Amino acid sequence: MKTQRASWLYLPLLLMAAFYILPMYIMLSTGFKSFAEVSLKTMWNLPTGIHLENFQRAYEALAPNLWNSVRLVVPAAIISSILGSLNGFVLAKWKFRGADLIFPLILFGMFIPYQSILIPLVEFMKRINLYGGIWGLVLTHVIYGIPITTLTFRNYYAGIPVELVEASRIDGAGILGVYWHIMLPLSIPSFVVVLIWQFTAAWNDFLFAVVLTKPASWPVTVALNNLAGSQIIEWNVQMAGSFLAALPTLLVYIFLGRYFLRGLLAGAVKG
Amino acid sequence: MASVTYDHVYKRFGDVTAVNDLNIQIADKEFLVFVGPSGCGKTTSLRLLAGLEEISDGQILIGDRVVNDVPPKDRDIAMVFQSYALYPHMTVYDNMAFGLKLRKTPKDEIAQRVREAAEILDIDHLLDRKPKQLSGGQRQRVAVGRAIVREPAVFLFDEPLSNLDAKLRVQTRAQLTKLHQRLQTTFIYVTHDQVEAMTMATRIAVMKDGILQQIDTPQNLYDKPSNVFVGGFIGSPSMNFFDATLVESDGKLEVNAGGFRLEVPGEKASAWAPYKGKEVIFGIRPEDVHSKQFTPPGILESDMTAKVDVTELMGNEIFLYLLTGDDKQFIGRVDPRVKVDSGDQIELAVNMGNAHIFDPKTEVALGE
Repeated sequence: MKTQRASWLYLPLLLMAAFYILPMYIMLSTGFKSFAEVSLKTMWNLPTGIHLENFQRAYEALAPNLWNSVRLVVPAAIISSILGSLNGFVLAKWKFRGADLIFPLILFGMFIPYQSILIPLVEFMKRINLYGGIWGLVLTHVIYGIPITTLTFRNYYAGIPVELVEASRIDGAGILGVYWHIMLPLSIPSFVVVLIWQFTAAWNDFLFAVVLTKPASWPVTVALNNLAGSQIIEWNVQMAGSFLAALPTLLVYIFLGRYFLRGLLAGAVKG
Repeated sequence: MASVTYDHVYKRFGDVTAVNDLNIQIADKEFLVFVGPSGCGKTTSLRLLAGLEEISDGQILIGDRVVNDVPPKDRDIAMVFQSYALYPHMTVYDNMAFGLKLRKTPKDEIAQRVREAAEILDIDHLLDRKPKQLSGGQRQRVAVGRAIVREPAVFLFDEPLSNLDAKLRVQTRAQLTKLHQRLQTTFIYVTHDQVEAMTMATRIAVMKDGILQQIDTPQNLYDKPSNVFVGGFIGSPSMNFFDATLVESDGKLEVNAGGFRLEVPGEKASAWAPYKGKEVIFGIRPEDVHSKQFTPPGILESDMTAKVDVTELMGNEIFLYLLTGDDKQFIGRVDPRVKVDSGDQIELAVNMGNAHIFDPKTEVALGE
């Protein structure tokens, strides 16, 4: 009875998995093909040979932009995580007058569409002389990340018994001491979740990057879009480049995915 | 080492007054226990002293110092929480050393004090473990150890035994009493368990609805409850209460409870004489209701009969659930040799020397 039900479940799961892997298949198989092999007719065929030079060419073209992406994503993820964790701590465990009003206001930031703030954003970045470079983009991602990181950390900290805070206050810790000695070490699972989340969000972003950066500071998503020549598109190189651009987030999920799941559950269930 | 004073202390949460005009002077080296049902304000009183809640009105003093605006860390107190509140990411050693590290105590002194405390509590073999690797009893001792190493002026305990099983609770009770004698420091302890209060306290403060009902030594609290609530709360099973009238019959004072009449003998009669003809609440503890067949010597005896409803043999005694003539239930603790069954009539000898009367309106004790 039980095994029967399980096998019925597998069929739709396999279909969905196949459906989701299709773009990945096209990307990889095209990436290994020679330029002559690339056509709409043979789109679904496997490559006849392995043309690694596509990846090499894509890498040569994209390397500075990959580096730009790293310089964007690492500070953006770390800074917004730290800010979210401080916010979450204060909102959950060191409540001040008005905390319950400020929290939903912060969350409201999540629901502001990117598109609606582009023009004021560009104007603002020009005023503070951060337009065109990578740091303006970092700042934008940090600020756009604050609502979700605050939410995640606040929910996680809400699950930590308040007695731990009280015990450490009696033991001699002030507000920063409680955060540093008690909350921070206990929130490592939450940090993993939030760092992965912010890493992915900033790495995959296209809109802010294309609007705020000049070519020298383009992250890989924008550069990938401009890899295509104006006359002909070398789809094999383009796909190899896409793979390179997607690789870091893939690796992060493959190696840290289980911490991600565990962290999400730790916040949700144990809370 | 320090005295503690609650001086007209109030704590309000919105419309609720959790602590209402609390006045207590706790002497240095006392073991004071706050006891009462849940929601009576006992834990809030402790948290006010710890600095975890702000005082709405009044003053709290530790020693001669008003601590209303002093943060918890500067009050020279240590607290043991009901949930123990051990830091889960630290070893037992680090849990105990944490407060000293924050106070920049020299490393070798920390090591020495942690080791001494660990020896007292018999947890020196657990210092490298994390809290989740410990049993409930061990965690409880680590929580106590964390308080001891700080060498505070006042120890605060918030129901520290309520998460232990019954056997361990009895053992730990005795250990805490010994610890108090050894440390010679003020202990302030909150519990809902009157047995814990009776066994450990030098004085007990009984609270109800945010109001201090009575504060006295365990023996005085048991012997002379100041009102119906304290009489019913201290002692198990609880004191029996009856609505009654004090009447004179043949020149003798009698308690007339409708379902039974009891003569008031000797000195009790003169103490209660002013309330002759008045309605009272009559209170008698189960342990003062004996079987006439095995009346203990030296009691101020007065006799009555009752119908047996249920018997519970405890081994060393029998709990009798009894019915008065007008079917009001009460409890007696009688000699185990008594042979009665449900439905039997039994002759009882009531020790009127330990009986109490209370005002039916204010519920305050009369004639003490």
